[in-house]
Parts: sequence; C-alpha cells; structure tokens
Amino acid sequence: MAENTFATESQTKLSKVDRLKVWWRSTFLQGSWNYERMQNGGYCYAMVPALKKLYTKKEDQVAALKRHMEFFNTTPFMASPILGVNLALEEERAAGGQVDDAAINGVKVGMMGPLAGVGDPVFWFTARPIIGSLCAAMAMAGNVLGPILFFLVWNLFRMAFMWYTQEFGYKAGSAITKDLSGGLLQTVTRGASIMGMFVIGALIERWVKIDFKPVVSKTPLQKGAYINWDSLPKGSHGIQKALELYNNGQGRALSSVKVTTMQNVLDQLVPGLAAMLLTLLCMWLLKKKVSPIVIILALFVVGVVGHVIGLL
Amino acid sequence: MTLIAKILVLIIAFLAGMDGILDQFEFYQPIVVCTLIGLVTGNLTAGLVLGGTLQMMVLGWANIGAAVAPDIALASVASAIILVQGGQGVHGVGTAVAIAVPLAVAGLFLNMIVRTISVAISHLMDAAANAGNFRMIGFWQWVATCLQGIRILVPAALLLVIPVSGVRAALHLIPGWLSAGMTIGGGMVVAVGYAMVINMMANKEVWPFFILGFVIAVFSKLTLLAIGLIGLALTLIYLNLANSGSSNGNGGSGNTGDPLGDILDDY
Repeated sequence: MAENTFATESQTKLSKVDRLKVWWRSTFLQGSWNYERMQNGGYCYAMVPALKKLYTKKEDQVAALKRHMEFFNTTPFMASPILGVNLALEEERAAGGQVDDAAINGVKVGMMGPLAGVGDPVFWFTARPIIGSLCAAMAMAGNVLGPILFFLVWNLFRMAFMWYTQEFGYKAGSAITKDLSGGLLQTVTRGASIMGMFVIGALIERWVKIDFKPVVSKTPLQKGAYINWDSLPKGSHGIQKALELYNNGQGRALSSVKVTTMQNVLDQLVPGLAAMLLTLLCMWLLKKKVSPIVIILALFVVGVVGHVIGLL
Repeated sequence: MTLIAKILVLIIAFLAGMDGILDQFEFYQPIVVCTLIGLVTGNLTAGLVLGGTLQMMVLGWANIGAAVAPDIALASVASAIILVQGGQGVHGVGTAVAIAVPLAVAGLFLNMIVRTISVAISHLMDAAANAGNFRMIGFWQWVATCLQGIRILVPAALLLVIPVSGVRAALHLIPGWLSAGMTIGGGMVVAVGYAMVINMMANKEVWPFFILGFVIAVFSKLTLLAIGLIGLALTLIYLNLANSGSSNGNGGSGNTGDPLGDILDDY
C-alpha cells in the first residue's frame, strides 16, 4: 500500500451523499438471496457507491468487491449498522490504515449473528404483528386507514431505523463490536420478547377460532324464563317488547329449550382454552421438528373432517 | 375487468413479488396488496376485508435464517384476484382466504426455485467482481430481484387469463362442506404462526407476561390497542425494576437510564 500517500487521503472521505446512496441500496439487500451465500450479492451491491469512491486503482476495486461477495445473512434491517462499520473500516483502509480483509469480514461475521438475534424478535415478532394486527382489525371493519397506516408507519420506522443505525455504525467504527456486548442491545431484545409474548397471549384468545359444535344437553326452560313469542303485541311494538325482554342476552332466553354445546361448557371453564391448547400442541409439534407446512395442511384436514362429522 | 385494471393488477403482482423477497417495504403483506387490487378493480371494500382477514392469519409467518415461510405474496395476490373474478364481493372473502393458504404453501416451491437460480446469478456477480465491473454487479442484482417479481407475475397473469366464468365454475365446484371446513381450518391455522413466535422467544423470564396477555384478553373487552399499551407499560416497569436491581447489585453505576433523575442528582 505504498501508493497511499497523503495526497490521496483527502479524497478518500465518504460524504453524506455517499452514505445515503449506500443506505438506499441496502433496501435491496435480499434481492439476490440465494442458497449458497444468501445476502452476499445484495451486500456487495450496497457497498458499491462507497467502494467506487474510495478505491481508484483497478486491483484495489477488484479486491474490495470480492471481499464483500462473501457469505452474509442477518435480519435485513440489521445489516445497516454492519454496513456503517464496514464503511468506516473501508475508509480507513483506503487511507492506508492497518485494516486487513480478516478485520472487515470478521466484523460482518461477528455481528450478523447477534444482530439477527435482536432483529428477528424486534421486527418480525413484535413490531410487525402489533402494527399488523391493529391495522388488520381496522381493515376488517372496512376502514381504509388500516392499510395506509400500516404502510406508512412501518416504512417510516424502518427507514429511520436503517439510516440512524448505519450512521451509528459509521461513527462508532470498530468500537461498535464492544458496544454489542454492552447493555443497550440486550435490554432492547429483552423488552421486545416480553412485549411480544404479552401481545401473542392476547392474540391467541382473540384470533384463534375453534368452536366445538356437539350439543351436550337440551333442557326445557321454565315458563317466564324465555320469551313467549305468541303473546307479544303485533308489529314493531312486538319487536320492541321482545328486545326489552331479551335485554342483550341478559334477560329472557329466545326459545323454550336451552341448548348447551361443548363450546359453552369449555367457555365456562376458561374461554379460549381450546385455542391455547391448540397453540401449545403446535409448539410441541414444531419442537419435534414437524414442518410448519405439514401442520398447516393437517389443520385444514382436521377442519374439513371435523366439520363433516359435526364436531367443529 | 378492464385492460387498464388488468395491467395495474399485474404491476402490483410484480412489485409484491420483489418485495416478498426484499422484506423491506412490507408492500406484499395482504393488508396492502389485497386492498390495492380491490381498489384498481373497483372492489375496494371486499379487498380491504380480505386483506385484513388474511393479515391476521399471517402475522406470525416470517423468514428466519435460511427458512422460508409460506409465500405470503402469492397468497395475497392470487386470493385477491380470485375474489374479484368470483364477483361475490365481501361474501367471497371466506372462500378466497381458504384458497390463499394452500396457494401460499405451493408458492414456496416457486420461491425455492428462484432462490436456487440466484446461486448462478451470485456466481455471475463473482465474475463481475473479478473484472472490477461495478455496473454489472448492479445489473445482476436487479435481474435476481426482477426474477422474484416474475415469480408472482406469471401466476397472476394465468389467473387473469382464465375467464371469469371459469373461476366462478371452479368456485361452485367446491362443495359447501369443503369450503366451510376450510374456513374452520383457517381459524385454527393462525395458531401455527403464534406457536413459531413463542418457540422463538419463550424463556423463563417472559412466560408470566404471556399468561397475563392471554388472561387480560379473555376477561376484558379491551381493544388490541389498549392491551398493547398495557403490555408496553408492564414491559417498561419490569425493565426499570430489573435494571435498578442489577445496578444496585453492582454498587450502582451513575447512569440509571433516567435523564430526569440524573439531572436531579447533579443538583
């Protein structure tokens, strides 16, 4: 690296525009995702604006491009802080600093695992389910704001996160690896897991639907416990009277026979118990390495068969 | 469906395919894609309801590591097209959702094929790197991304070519007990996604919060937003207590993570 004199050093600084280019390109990190080296192509693609600026000699460019075609895989957004650190290291190297290939790749390989460990629970299992379920509930009620909010909130959050973590990585340089063992990231992961588990608990009750149809008992009700439809006044007065008597289910029953299904019995125990048991069963099956695809298909079969025999 | 509507649907399908692999804009999620397809074909409400319903089902599906979740992009696009072509409006949502899930599973194979083709593209990028050719790196990156778009574009185009009557006839061929049973199955399939999430995050520390979330949902009529905020409050309280406990154990470290408290201490 004898060629790296002081004269070239002034040119080898990455401007904010360069860093913005890398930030925008990192959006396409997974575009060429492949089974061999996963996000390698996308990572190299994201680094191109910086490498182009930093290295002017052909052999340096080739070496730099090949360096970033190595295996890489993490939660897509968590590549940003790694890119930031790599930018700082490449800048240092281009300026003649003592940064070897092993250091640059070491940062990538060393950071992608722990960062994916943070990114997957925070983004896929906390942020997206929470924003998604709130907006989906709006959409199901016919509110167009649901999808609009989902798209805007998610993308603003994501783009801000990627830019600021990349800048953080760039400024922190190699020092970031030390910060990773520190408390902040751990606290974030911990908080996300807690929050995620809490919301998932609520979602299971609200969205997993099982209804056991078999009738357990049919008991005739006493006179006065149900609405005697024949004795109601005619026309709209009759409807009003009936609604008053029914009182949103708090008052009299609608028919003279009380039908109790298996679901009613279960609901008296703990509502949503069946949904919870089903979820626990799925967890157990997944732990036994049963493919989720198989479980999904099996549940459809259970649904159809259960419906045909009158269980569900 | 007019020609313009068809072209717009195909553009949406293409973008959904690309974002399905990028996993950045979350454009491919059913709540967005189904609504947009509904919008451009004049079935906004039906698309919206389908999007919301399908979204609830796929909440826990995520691409982790090298594992690929069922193809949400194909499920969203195909079910929305089937809903529109079927012409039943909001009443067709149940059937469309029931068709979406098997399609999502079938879409996995298309996804795996493209990811395998991308291995070859990755080698072409190696060659570009060896030649120091920056532009070709970008070119191949985009070729791979567009292939992912095509993986959704082609099935969408096929569904559009099949005449409306054909789709309707096929839907009528599905017997009532089958579609009712599939809808029931769809209500249970949600549990698989949640189970994946729990297996990923569960440890001794977080189980009590899971129970709290479940019980609050069972015994209250609170909306999800309210439950989410309770969860956030509990999380913050817990983290604060846990942190203060540990920093006391270490003899206290000055920075308590409480800016106001720090300022007061300085006085």
